[in-house]
Amino acid sequence: MGHFVIVGILVIVMAILTYMGLDLAGVATQMHPVEASLQSLSIDWLWHWQIVAISFLFSLIVVPMAYSMIVFRRRKGDTSDGEHFEGNTTLEIVWTVIPLFAVLVLAYMGSYSLGETRRVDPNAITIKVKAQQFSWTFEYPEYGIVSNELHLPVDQQVVLKMESSDVIHSFWVPEFRVKQDVVPGRVTEYRITPILVGNYKVRCAELCGASHAYMENGVIVDTKSDYDAWITEQQAAALANQTPEGKGQALTVKNGCIGCHSVDGSKMTGPTWFGLAGSTVELADGTTVVADDAYLSESILNSKAKEVAGFSPTVMPPYSLTPEEIANIIAYIKTLK
Amino acid sequence: MKKFFSTALMRGLFWQLIGTLVGAGLVTGIRAIMGLSTTDTFFFTEPAWVLGAFFGVLFFLAGNGSVTDWFKWARGIETPEHHEEHYSGWEKYFNVSLDHKVIGIQYTVTALLLISIGGLFALIFRTELAESGLQFLTLDMKLFGQNGPQLYNTLMSLHGMIMIVSILLGVAGIINYVVPLLLGAQDMAFPRLNAFSYWIAVPAAVLLLMSLVLGGFGTGWTGYPPLSARAPVGVQMFFLGVWTAGWSSILGALNVIATVIRMRSKGMTAMRMPIFVWAAVATSIIAMTATQLIGLSFQLVMFQRLLGMGFFDPAKGGNPVLFQHLFWFYSHPAVYVFVLPGLGVISELLPVFARKPLFGYRWIAMSSMGIALVGFLVWAHHMFTSGMNEYLRVPFMYSTLLVAIPTGVKFFSWVATIWKGKLSFETPMLFVVGAIVVFLMGGLTGPPNATISVDLHLHDTYFIVGHFHDTIFGGFVFPFFAALYYWFPKATGRRMNETLGKIHFWLMTPSFFVLTLGMMDVGLLGMRRRIVDYDPALGFDNVHLVMTIAGYLIGLSVMIFIYNFFNSIKKGEKAEGNVWNSRSPEWQVPSPMPTHNYDQPFEVVGEPYDYGLPGSKYVEFIVPAAKSKHK
Repeated sequence: MGHFVIVGILVIVMAILTYMGLDLAGVATQMHPVEASLQSLSIDWLWHWQIVAISFLFSLIVVPMAYSMIVFRRRKGDTSDGEHFEGNTTLEIVWTVIPLFAVLVLAYMGSYSLGETRRVDPNAITIKVKAQQFSWTFEYPEYGIVSNELHLPVDQQVVLKMESSDVIHSFWVPEFRVKQDVVPGRVTEYRITPILVGNYKVRCAELCGASHAYMENGVIVDTKSDYDAWITEQQAAALANQTPEGKGQALTVKNGCIGCHSVDGSKMTGPTWFGLAGSTVELADGTTVVADDAYLSESILNSKAKEVAGFSPTVMPPYSLTPEEIANIIAYIKTLK
Repeated sequence: MKKFFSTALMRGLFWQLIGTLVGAGLVTGIRAIMGLSTTDTFFFTEPAWVLGAFFGVLFFLAGNGSVTDWFKWARGIETPEHHEEHYSGWEKYFNVSLDHKVIGIQYTVTALLLISIGGLFALIFRTELAESGLQFLTLDMKLFGQNGPQLYNTLMSLHGMIMIVSILLGVAGIINYVVPLLLGAQDMAFPRLNAFSYWIAVPAAVLLLMSLVLGGFGTGWTGYPPLSARAPVGVQMFFLGVWTAGWSSILGALNVIATVIRMRSKGMTAMRMPIFVWAAVATSIIAMTATQLIGLSFQLVMFQRLLGMGFFDPAKGGNPVLFQHLFWFYSHPAVYVFVLPGLGVISELLPVFARKPLFGYRWIAMSSMGIALVGFLVWAHHMFTSGMNEYLRVPFMYSTLLVAIPTGVKFFSWVATIWKGKLSFETPMLFVVGAIVVFLMGGLTGPPNATISVDLHLHDTYFIVGHFHDTIFGGFVFPFFAALYYWFPKATGRRMNETLGKIHFWLMTPSFFVLTLGMMDVGLLGMRRRIVDYDPALGFDNVHLVMTIAGYLIGLSVMIFIYNFFNSIKKGEKAEGNVWNSRSPEWQVPSPMPTHNYDQPFEVVGEPYDYGLPGSKYVEFIVPAAKSKHK
């Protein structure tokens, strides 16, 4: 009986030590990073209980194993066998039924936590999200704003109606905990209540192509007054930007062009637009072409027509734009020098 | 050298090349007549590559001789019922053999080769991840029609699938070698089908590697459309490679089940079979009935690309989420195909090194079947964020958590098996103990992913990557090494070097813990899966550097193993007797095993694991006199 008492005590000590170790690493009472949404609270609550269970179960297996390995190791020269016992049906039933009960409790807690993350506030604001390779676009239908930064008011539930124009993406702000795929051909919903003012990022969590790693846009949780100020500012900017260049810039945000084409000369998936207009472009077949309006227009509509050296034209999807919209985008590209 | 080039392997590869050219040429010719384009980025057009690849597989099998006997039968020519070895020494392993032991070794060595390739890919992209920013897989580089990030995606995806195929081959290798010996059978039930199952995996592996040079495919091993519907032609080679490898798995499993049902020795009732046989049966039931679904799901995307059938194309009324259901209906049970044999190895070896009966034999046997059964009902837990019906997620949470119960039974029974034993720690036992602890880590990090709300955070992060590698290392890699160290003397009559074995273990195990704990840590912080680069602002450059070093140490330990493995075949210490003092039948005869296994049949006269019961025996060889009376 002595062995059982010692192992019992060691299991409890080890379980406490494991929990303390995980707590020291900062992952016991909550997951990483900070909790920035109401939904993250009930998720981290469930996580915490699982860490408690993990600490205990880890010790329950590892301690008797380590104990056996030390105490029951074969001494030098001993060729005899161990004690002969083949099993114990009562014990087997015990360690089948108790875990079954524990699992059902955990599943119930899981259902409860899920329910909390999906709790609907009838006053939630709706924002439209469009995902495309390799950027996010946010549209505030109430205010007529299109932005590539998501601004959210604190302590206010928002519901994101998300659509994809090409492949599957996944909307994930680690601080919010919740993640939702964006699937072509349907609208998926992401409901969140930010509770902590700060600057975060939405990071695409479903592999979506070559620049998947860089499909990150800013998510800013503002105080109510800052949020209102941002809305006003955006509306004013939209009004002021009724020039062709301004409209062109808005189109490049809305269509996600800047997910692949930089405007400052840095290298991304597609050629940069900085200093592009009027320059001489080297093509994959070794010839060169001057980037005039005709070339730019052709490349926007069909990127495969003239393949730029060093880039893969198959990456760029075809866009349907009106001639006026194309003219506006070209006007915008010309401003980038 | 001349001998090597005339082996079945080299003949097969030669014919695969011819077949590829014939198939591709055929399509190109038809396209030319129809006035369609005949060349593309990678010389042939996509339909030409696909038919070429398919013909390549058929030509390989026809050309290397693994279907010759069947053709002879079809033409009414008889072949000897019992296989005779035409080759000796190394040659028999490169030629078509019908001996389950040779095929088992062919499988195992091929698995080791593929593990090395998959591991090499891992080290390449692990090196890229050591620091944020792009180090050598840059946008400027160009290899096989891919820039750095595209190549990263291809290598990462191929790492996944090459490892999966290597695991399936490794599992088949151990099962093929060991199961007939444990049953007392002369061979598998269908020796020719057995050879066919192995050889079809070879052209499949070639196809997988071909995908790398044909533009790659940056879709992950999951190949979700619409991304895979837009990927370069390499994705078709990937699909066809998996599809072909699936045949190996299905037919191999069928053979195992038939063998266990039909070819047990006298007196070997279900509850007196060695426990590994139960695991082999459970895993074979899954492999035989679920593999079709991954083949089907990939085939549908192939047809979508080739024939414009919009199964998963929303513009044509298709549904991308449907693919995920079909895909995971195999790919979740598949992980039990990987781990059940490994858990069987743990249960088989523990009593030998603890000198005690296996605790709760029936419960362990039934828990394997329980895991196999429940494994079929949990697939949608991979899809909690996919946009599937949100209420349907709840039953999948319950079913997933149920897996914990049979798995728990195994853990508790293992602990009780070593309790009050007389434990010794030769290399196989070290790997068994390592397997239990690593698999425990994998098991305990599972339930957080099963509870939907927590999974909404963990899904598609490095937490999952860490959890998954724990389950697979604990459930397959560690037990696989244990099995190789354990049965190596049976196959060769020599044992592997103990010192190198212990270095292998003590180098690999701590490195592996560092690697996976690091993965889980960065995963919680916001490290997504399958990314070539990460935001330096997240602050985990240091952890990634440590993980990369740990990855290299694991690579080094495996290289030590491979050296030990091949060196010991000729130079290992002689071990022709019952090296581990086991009760199991294969150790009651001298090593290496004769061609037709046991010279005398045996009869089961006791329980398999009655260590510590004086005078008890598991098997008794039937003396020739009794045998003649029996006739």
